[in-house]
Amino acid sequence: MTKQLIVETVDLTKNYDNTTVVDKLNLRIEEGDIFGFLGPNGAGKTTTILMLLGLTEPTSGTAHIYGYNSTREPLKVKRITGYVPEKVGFYEDLAAGYNLAYTARLNGLPEELVIKRVDESLDIVGLSEVAEQKVGEFSRGMKQRLAIADILIKMPKVAILDEPTSGIDPEGITQMLDMIAEIAKERKMTVIMCSHQLYQVQRICNRIGILAKGQLVVEGLLDQLGREALGGGRLRIEVKLTEITSELIDCIRRIGGVVSVERSGDLLLISCLEDLRPQIARVIVGANGLLVEMKIQSYALEDIYRKYFREA
Amino acid sequence: MQGLMTVFYKELADHFTSWRGIILFLMVLLVSVFAVLGPTGAIDNIREQLATPVQYGAGRFAFLYLFSTSGEGMYPFIWFIARILVPIVGIVLGLDAINSEKSSGTMSRLLSQPIYRDAVINGKFLAGVVTIAIMLTTTILLVSAIGLTVLGVAPSSEEVARLLLFWGISILYGAFWLGLAMLFSVYFQRVATSALTSMSIWIFFSFFMSMAAGLAANVLAPMSQTPTAPELLKNYGIQITASRISPIMLFGEAATVLLAPGARTAGEMLQLLHASGARWMPGPLSLGQSLLTIWPHLATIGGLTAALFAISYVKFMREEIRAT
Repeated sequence: MTKQLIVETVDLTKNYDNTTVVDKLNLRIEEGDIFGFLGPNGAGKTTTILMLLGLTEPTSGTAHIYGYNSTREPLKVKRITGYVPEKVGFYEDLAAGYNLAYTARLNGLPEELVIKRVDESLDIVGLSEVAEQKVGEFSRGMKQRLAIADILIKMPKVAILDEPTSGIDPEGITQMLDMIAEIAKERKMTVIMCSHQLYQVQRICNRIGILAKGQLVVEGLLDQLGREALGGGRLRIEVKLTEITSELIDCIRRIGGVVSVERSGDLLLISCLEDLRPQIARVIVGANGLLVEMKIQSYALEDIYRKYFREA
Repeated sequence: MQGLMTVFYKELADHFTSWRGIILFLMVLLVSVFAVLGPTGAIDNIREQLATPVQYGAGRFAFLYLFSTSGEGMYPFIWFIARILVPIVGIVLGLDAINSEKSSGTMSRLLSQPIYRDAVINGKFLAGVVTIAIMLTTTILLVSAIGLTVLGVAPSSEEVARLLLFWGISILYGAFWLGLAMLFSVYFQRVATSALTSMSIWIFFSFFMSMAAGLAANVLAPMSQTPTAPELLKNYGIQITASRISPIMLFGEAATVLLAPGARTAGEMLQLLHASGARWMPGPLSLGQSLLTIWPHLATIGGLTAALFAISYVKFMREEIRAT
């Protein structure tokens, strides 16, 4: 079964005064994806988002959300897309509920639905009790949650979150991410999340794209990319030996389940499909090698990130 | 349309519930009452005039003189409206209209809603104009009520018509200052910069323009020790023309013609003619003639307002939202 394509860009390009910020970007995001949009500062993530929303015109190329052209039909795109900008702000001297009601009215919701939606949205993010409080009294974390409530008002099909967790404490981040993942699942909402906090992205995203200098360096399912970064296997075992011989490497290669073996200084990096530490230890001892240390790790997004940045 | 109305209602509610709006409103009402009821205010002056009749047809337009005259050492209501109240209200309502939304991060959220971008600037401008209109209506009605109860003089139909016209051009004048302030709020990213710029333009026109005009007149038409009438006239003519660069002067003249039908344009001019020995006593102008006199003034203020708003509109619409 092929899922519906929600976001599609074709050769999307943006130049600012002769510098290319986004360079022929081809993104494809499917329904229900939680897409982690990664990249260093200034890679062009926010510019891409602004073009997706029709807030900025691309120099060339097209962007479509749900089949609507972002540049030509921005209103239709904005009706189904919720956007939380990086430095999200509210009217500080107005109550939280009033801020959300304003969004609801801007979306043309009938008056009887406005209050209902506002209450619902505040409830989902756990801010019902402070609905009457002025936003100026809110903490950073509360404002971020209010921003999520703000996009839920219009029940979007796509949510674009630009650094939704910046400035929140670690516990708040975890709660926030779980909340986003839960809402996305419940409402079948496609989520695009920009971040440079790799751990967070790994936590909830199923698909990632890494942008560097306006170009998509890598894009795909997190699982798959993780394996590639670890040399094809699911796990990586690091072995430290006093002496490494090529015969030893050959012996290890022959163990069933080992995908690849790489040498890096006095370390052997072994990529494998399952935990093969006992087998590897036996082979090393059998070959009269002196084992110093053996560590196992599953892939981390950092590996993917680092791998592709080295390549880029 | 729905987006425009939503922005409009929200901004209007903001103006009337925020401290800023309440303070402005109080200021307008207090100054107006002071101008009319205060010592040597309009009421005192009219009582005096009514006691010694036949001076510039004072009896006929006693009601209007509530707004346009004052006693010694005091300024009339329209002076406060032209110089201080309307400019301040217009500027304060518009000075952070656009840039505060940018700096507080609400602009990108606002623009990601399904509304046309011009709904934001149109709604804000409209809300400002309506706020100014409501303030002016209230204060004109208040002054009228004071006049009715204290003086016991009812307005004639011509006086009502003149007041309505005055009300209309005051709103237009308010829209000019609002447009000026909004223009700077589009151009400058920082609220402090835009506020200072519009304030300094107001201060220049309000307090330094007459000085500058006088200076220009003395350079272009210097007067001898004992100036002759033609010399005086030429000097004065240049001074008035130069000071008409200022919208405050334009509005002040228009308001004077409407509310003090005895005057042609500037009161000083008449006194000067009188002092220089001209045997000519001005009679009150008819409403139609008054309108004809101030038509160029109105067209200029209207044109300036439209131009200011158009520039802000274009700049705001073309502005690119960039990643920061």
